[in-house]
Amino acid sequence: MDREEMEKVIERKQASVWLEAARRFAPLAMGYIPVGLAYGVLAQKSGLSVWNTVLMSVFVYAGSSQLIAVAMFAVGASAMSIIAATFIVNLRHLLMSAALTPYLKKWKLSELAAFSFEMTDETFALHSARFSEGDMDRRLTFCINLLAHSVWVAASFAGALAGSGIPDVEPLGMDFVLPAMFIALLAMQAKNGLHWLVAGFSGLVSVVLLQAGFEQWSVILATVLGATLGAGVMAWNNR
Amino acid sequence: MEQQVVFFIILGMCAVTYIPRVAPMLVLASRSMPESVVRWLSFVPTAVLSAMLVPAIVSPGGELALDGGNLFLWAGVPAFVLAVWTRSFFGTIALGMAIVAGARYFLM
Repeated sequence: MDREEMEKVIERKQASVWLEAARRFAPLAMGYIPVGLAYGVLAQKSGLSVWNTVLMSVFVYAGSSQLIAVAMFAVGASAMSIIAATFIVNLRHLLMSAALTPYLKKWKLSELAAFSFEMTDETFALHSARFSEGDMDRRLTFCINLLAHSVWVAASFAGALAGSGIPDVEPLGMDFVLPAMFIALLAMQAKNGLHWLVAGFSGLVSVVLLQAGFEQWSVILATVLGATLGAGVMAWNNR
Repeated sequence: MEQQVVFFIILGMCAVTYIPRVAPMLVLASRSMPESVVRWLSFVPTAVLSAMLVPAIVSPGGELALDGGNLFLWAGVPAFVLAVWTRSFFGTIALGMAIVAGARYFLM
């Protein structure tokens, strides 16, 4: 194969990895776009400049904590309380990151640093399902992450520009996209009866904790308890 | 608030978000973990997704709503059945949205 032909093959491969990334990310985009738009609109109402609205999506890149932060900006909360709330809300990523680590032993430190910067609830769920099926393609992984991050930033920017000009999406059922997405992601994860037991248990614990007033800790506590139940039952069965 | 101050708060938010995301990978990737820890971690994806999902379905407005007026419950159950049955992303989202939108249009 001469050089020109080789370059063509490489180009085609690059095109197909982006296509594959788009195919994998497309369902998640249905969640990213409306939430990103909503964040952009709310950030404007809270008095953030367009620049800061977009930069938060670039640097923080965590939907629920960004929405909480702009709500706190709107009521004039202190810098420390905004940063503390962000920390607690995003602490669940600690567990997600640890859960992916067994798959990433062969990765370079720089790759881990770049990958984890773009790990959200949704990309975590997607990659953990991929990795557990043996699909460890690094290029595809990074293409999915870059695509997801770009869409999030673009949607935030569009929301910031459109301001309140964005039509109400509730009649279209758009507010159900995120729960529906998590339902689909959960169905991809749960492999057997024990997983469903863990899912039921942590869901229930999360609801109880939330109703008891542990608003920001409910997810992480329910996750720890759910995983402990799963590991405990598994160890008991393997005795 | 000054936009410059906002920017510094964003940098602070970035640091406290990135550290929990990156630290476990940097610390754990080069070590071999005991089997029991790996087993515990294998349940984290299922547990964390369910812990985020279930409250959104049973208490969409913050208050527990296990009655007929909770549209998310009406849409969530069939979407869940479809998701387990077909594993289809688009199908699950489309069905859920269609039920919520349809109920709002016809019933409210």
